[in-house]
Amino acid sequence: MTYLYIAYAATWLIHVAYLSTVVRRYSRLKKEMDQLGKK
Amino acid sequence: MKKAFPILGLLTAVFLSYALYQALVVAPQEQTMGDVQRIFYYHVPSAWTAFLLFAINFLASILYLVRRNPRTDRVAGGVVMALAALTCVGAYVFKGYLPKDVYPSSVATTGIVIAGFYFLIRKYFSEQGTDILALTTAEVGVVFCTVVLVTGPLWARPVWGIWWTWDIRLTSTLVLWLIYVSYLVLRRFSSSGETPVLAAALAVFGALDVPLVYFSIWFFRTQHPQPVIGGGGSIDPRMLHVLLINWLAFLCFAFLVCWSRYRLERLQRDVEETQALEALLEPGGRVR
Repeated sequence: MTYLYIAYAATWLIHVAYLSTVVRRYSRLKKEMDQLGKK
Repeated sequence: MKKAFPILGLLTAVFLSYALYQALVVAPQEQTMGDVQRIFYYHVPSAWTAFLLFAINFLASILYLVRRNPRTDRVAGGVVMALAALTCVGAYVFKGYLPKDVYPSSVATTGIVIAGFYFLIRKYFSEQGTDILALTTAEVGVVFCTVVLVTGPLWARPVWGIWWTWDIRLTSTLVLWLIYVSYLVLRRFSSSGETPVLAAALAVFGALDVPLVYFSIWFFRTQHPQPVIGGGGSIDPRMLHVLLINWLAFLCFAFLVCWSRYRLERLQRDVEETQALEALLEPGGRVR
């Protein structure tokens, strides 16, 4: 059972880690775009 | 479309939770391997999703390359239609050579579906859009392929007694992962204007590894389990049901992730374009 739980947890860890990089990059670019718009 | 995203996100989360419940509770326990076999419900759908994303990357890369010249674009359209027709005819003419349990109708359908995807991408994505689609599907495909490479050894350790073996299925999957990682590295660190073209060419050749990975367990003797669908494999109908539910849930999830990544890339290009325009303008607003 341990291997099963580790495999499922690892799957979601990989997906969440990737999604968090996407979200972080999106919010940084959005801020950058807003600043460019103000200029 | 922006309003649809959170709703689809919520529905996908519910669907993924349901699929997880099916995999952990509803699916029957495998007699020889026990509960560790349930890793299969994440491992196999992730592999299928990665293959699908790499196939879309392949089509988008071809489209990006051929669209640079209108004549090549027209010829490529004709070639794709001819290949689809040849696949349909060839599947029935050479049905005696097909592996066991592979029906000519499934080969013909695959040919038609691939051609259909080609023309759909061509219709709904601009030249720049196909480039962004190729990048998006490669990146998300690598994430799913990483899941395959992590969950595989976690299943192998208790079942085979080893984490890894250099047999053709495992090695070709690792090579596939490395090809697409190199594709992403090329796109990330090359500053040449020709980067999308080079990356598209790499993706076209890299995609040739996908059929090798998929069919390796059909044509070679490997330690990896034989196919569960087609190729002489068999699976309990209840297990198949859970497997397909999980695949559908992962497909919905992959679609949403690709959508987010696509929007991110568009925004990135908008920011770069605006910065380039701003650099051309003097403080007074006049062009330098």
